[in-house]
Amino acid sequence: MTNRMKTLLGTSVLSLALLTGNAMAEADLRMTWYNDGNESEAMQALLDKFEKQNPDISVTLDVVPYKAILESLPVQLAAGDGPDIARVTDLGGLSKYYLDMTPYLENADYWRENFGPFLKWLDPDGDQISGFMTQLTVTGPYVNKTLFEQAGVAMPGEGATWDDWAKAVNEVAAKLDIPIPMAWDRSGHRVSGPAIAMGAKMFDDDGNPALVDDGLKSMATKLYDWHQDGTMAKELWGSVSGSTYLGANEDFANAQVVMYMSGSWQIPQFADKIGDAFDWWAVPAPCGTAACTGMPGGAALVAMKDSDHPEEVAKLMDFLAQEENLAEFYGKNLFIPGHLGLATGGVDFATDDPRAKHALETFANAVPGISPTAFDLQGYANNRVMFNALISRLGEAIVGELTLDQAFDRMTQDVEKQLAEKERGN
Amino acid sequence: MSPKPSKTASEQLQAIAAWPLQMFFRLLDIPLRGIQKMGGIGSMPYVFLLPNLAFFGMFVIIPLFINFGFSLTGGTNLFLQDRVYVGGEQYSFLFKCENYMVSATCQEDRFWKGIFNTAIFVLFQVTFLVIFSLITAIILNRKIRARGFFRAVFFFPVLLSPVVVALIWKWILLRDGILNAFLVSLGLDKILFFVSPEWAMFWAVFVSIWAHMGFYTLILLAGLQAIPPDLYEAAEMDGTSKERVFWRITLPLLWPNMLVVIVLALIKGVQIFDEVYVLTGGGPGTATQFIVQYIYNTGFTNQVQNFGLASASSVVLGVVLFVLTMLQLAATRRRNNG
Amino acid sequence: MADATAHRRTIGTLLTARRGRGKLHWTDIFTYLYLAFGILLMFGPVVWLVLSSFKTPAGLLEFPPTLLPLGQISAEVEGYDKPLPIFRATLEDGTEMELAQVRRIGIVSQMVDPANPDQTYKVPISNRTPVREFRIASENYTEPLRKFNFGGYLWNSIIVTVVATAITLLINSMAAYGLSIYEFKGRNAIMIFVIGTLMIPITVILVPVYLVVTSLDMVNSLWAVILPGAATPTGVFLLRQYMLTLPRDLIEAARMDRASEWQIYWRVVLPLALPAIAVLAIFSIMWRWNDFLWPLIVLNRSEVYTLQLGLNAFQGELDVQWHYILAMTVVTLIPVVVVFGFLQRFITTGIASSGMK
Repeated sequence: MTNRMKTLLGTSVLSLALLTGNAMAEADLRMTWYNDGNESEAMQALLDKFEKQNPDISVTLDVVPYKAILESLPVQLAAGDGPDIARVTDLGGLSKYYLDMTPYLENADYWRENFGPFLKWLDPDGDQISGFMTQLTVTGPYVNKTLFEQAGVAMPGEGATWDDWAKAVNEVAAKLDIPIPMAWDRSGHRVSGPAIAMGAKMFDDDGNPALVDDGLKSMATKLYDWHQDGTMAKELWGSVSGSTYLGANEDFANAQVVMYMSGSWQIPQFADKIGDAFDWWAVPAPCGTAACTGMPGGAALVAMKDSDHPEEVAKLMDFLAQEENLAEFYGKNLFIPGHLGLATGGVDFATDDPRAKHALETFANAVPGISPTAFDLQGYANNRVMFNALISRLGEAIVGELTLDQAFDRMTQDVEKQLAEKERGN
Repeated sequence: MSPKPSKTASEQLQAIAAWPLQMFFRLLDIPLRGIQKMGGIGSMPYVFLLPNLAFFGMFVIIPLFINFGFSLTGGTNLFLQDRVYVGGEQYSFLFKCENYMVSATCQEDRFWKGIFNTAIFVLFQVTFLVIFSLITAIILNRKIRARGFFRAVFFFPVLLSPVVVALIWKWILLRDGILNAFLVSLGLDKILFFVSPEWAMFWAVFVSIWAHMGFYTLILLAGLQAIPPDLYEAAEMDGTSKERVFWRITLPLLWPNMLVVIVLALIKGVQIFDEVYVLTGGGPGTATQFIVQYIYNTGFTNQVQNFGLASASSVVLGVVLFVLTMLQLAATRRRNNG
Repeated sequence: MADATAHRRTIGTLLTARRGRGKLHWTDIFTYLYLAFGILLMFGPVVWLVLSSFKTPAGLLEFPPTLLPLGQISAEVEGYDKPLPIFRATLEDGTEMELAQVRRIGIVSQMVDPANPDQTYKVPISNRTPVREFRIASENYTEPLRKFNFGGYLWNSIIVTVVATAITLLINSMAAYGLSIYEFKGRNAIMIFVIGTLMIPITVILVPVYLVVTSLDMVNSLWAVILPGAATPTGVFLLRQYMLTLPRDLIEAARMDRASEWQIYWRVVLPLALPAIAVLAIFSIMWRWNDFLWPLIVLNRSEVYTLQLGLNAFQGELDVQWHYILAMTVVTLIPVVVVFGFLQRFITTGIASSGMK
């Protein structure tokens, strides 16, 4: 090949590659997705099936880092550059970009029957049908049962309070020289469940957010004290700033933690990582003075209003939401179903690990016991504002930058300021 | 492009690569010659500057104006025309303070904490960066074996991305990381580096010096090599001590390069973000949360993306940086002239 | 370069030989200690990263960490479907044996002698340690790489890097030429302006730049990544400082020969400024290759992903998977190491001789 030809070829390939960014087929749908584990594989399998049945529609799965879902996606949606479908966790916050699929659905009643309570999370102020939960999560603790056995300490049973657990895990840790008796995910969402258990109302009588009350204060004070007396390690909550999420999953998997407050989404990972190295055991949410509750949550797959092909989008969503497809998806990924029919009928989970099975059962059984306040909070569009204020200020108090009382004042201020900013111009 | 005939493989490669380039430049000569004929040589600097300035204008100047516009508005809408004009409200919110020295008394305590942290960081980082770059440059300028290799050793972290740098060090400094394993093997206790504000700041400074020292070392090395050797020879004749040679000859002659290093290090220091963000996450508490991270969080990571407040903060940051740089340049100029 | 070497030699001799032959000044000892420590400090972390990236997740969690990646040995035992992990167990009577674990129930592990499968033992789990061998966990690399279109992302990254660097070099060197060779109205203003923009980190104007890119309809095309950073103030600054040192008579002589200004630029000045251009090229390549935050915002379709986006796509909401993070960090390092290996001399001598005054 002559030099000239090489250059020619090089430049034409180059310009082709630069152009493809703008090329779009007639009904080429884009789905923006993030992975906690390998969920995209199960989704891709369903999409392949869909494409086979609908040769005129093609779907591309764009897997992005979770950071992009939180930070870039809102900007892209606001600018009208968003995808047709996305997997999101800020369910209510992005509500204004969601498509109401009702007119395109053949059987809207199926959706309302099976996704009823969750549709409200996606559209707090209306009754749109915009998507479904790819995963329902419930927060709750895991314990290292093997450590309890080795230490010869009895595990607190059903109805035990947080204080009972704190006492027990400290005993275990002291006997076996375990560095971290108790660890919680660094997340406002995780703290909210126990706070509600301690009587936090989260909203005032008019339904406006009122984060700081006596219930929340008593839970926050407990957490503060646990950090000071060594029940909880400062390295998790103390070592980052703001609302940054940090989990103790690695430490728990390494048997460095006796009790780990997290949620159902850890199951596949623990099954994979811990296996039978020790008995990791999901236990029912410990009790406070008012309730024994965790927080519901999860991620949803939602259709976007700006899509050029709403009809095809709805067709795809309807396909994915069908019972047999969702059952396949939830089962493969060990996700708690966000589909009422499947929740009662049961999903055949792809695991034979007794610990994972027990954990899935425990969390699924916890759903009916979740406090209505927790559901309200999860359904509130600006809940992340509250979660972030809670965790960031509590974190600052724990490392000693603020007193607890200052932290409570700041939480209230943070929520007010951000909500006021959001109200402006809307 | 190389006019010299040569046989090395790299130069042959160059010759092959140069051919399309030659054509490109030759073709461009036709219209540009025409412009030169019409406008005279006086018009040519503008022609040369035009493409760069066009890009600047498009992707820096216009955004800066939009940014300033944002800082006068509120709400969460993305497009400037949809936003609510609030005048100087965002600025006055930032500056609402009982006591500017104590960030906790300010309305927006994190902004002031960020400024305060950045100031401390820059103070330590620039000081030690300059000292270690200087020591390294002097050592690399000595007659040592494998000098090229050692230069490469000190330079290569410059090429790593900030995220990679932070991940590498985070992996070392974790509770069960290798550094703690080392401490334990010495019979010491593990240190939770990211829980102590002092340690976190120390490592933020350390890691950023580790990553950037190579670049500044090379600038200083260039300066050292430009010092005429006869000065040293004369000093040796006089029997001047090495220490004295350093203070009387090396340092004064190196001063222009030192200034470049200090100015650049200061600018980059104030802009510190990615490395520390990945390394410490700004913690513990807000101990290593710097001003750029504050702006990023406010405008981007919070659920309510507050573009107005973030822009106002960045305008304040920009003004401070500009004033600092101009003061330094003025100082340089005075020194050069007198 | 030749006389620079000579200079260095004389300074070097001067500095090392003052106290007579064979006798070391404290600075010599310090020099070698410093360099030895420097190698450890500069290379050590990267070596550790590479070693760690080959460890299994379980291996990564160990404390104290082992230097080399190890994996537990497992063995086929008659009568069991799957290979069983091997442990060194201390039995009740104090004998030590290598046993295969059948299952673990609570704190007791049920074990079997691989040589004699009928013989089973019950061993408390605190009395057994896994038997391990050197093993490389290459799945840390293959797993994430298998999941995505590595070739495509690599290609995008290469295009972005090459095209952006070419544009940057061209327009920056033109601007630097204009600013260094000519006296004209507004020159100082433009220089102040360049230095001013040097100070603005892109992080603080992300959203405004995004608005510009959106209005140009460039979102989800590689141009959105290539163009915004092309006019680097650092590049203009660096090249201009270098061009100021070039002898003016060459330019005058070329004008005498009736060369056009454009010809002077590319035939006379550009070749002379090659060392500085090489430096800028290397920096530009590194900036573009490592760019993450900006592509994350403007690219959300997998066919235009750059490698940095693709490699980070496995970072989920709830899980930090160190074994993947470490391995993917090494993957992004490889091209940097290669470029550095080839251009190392260029970089170190290039920056040194580009003056930067």
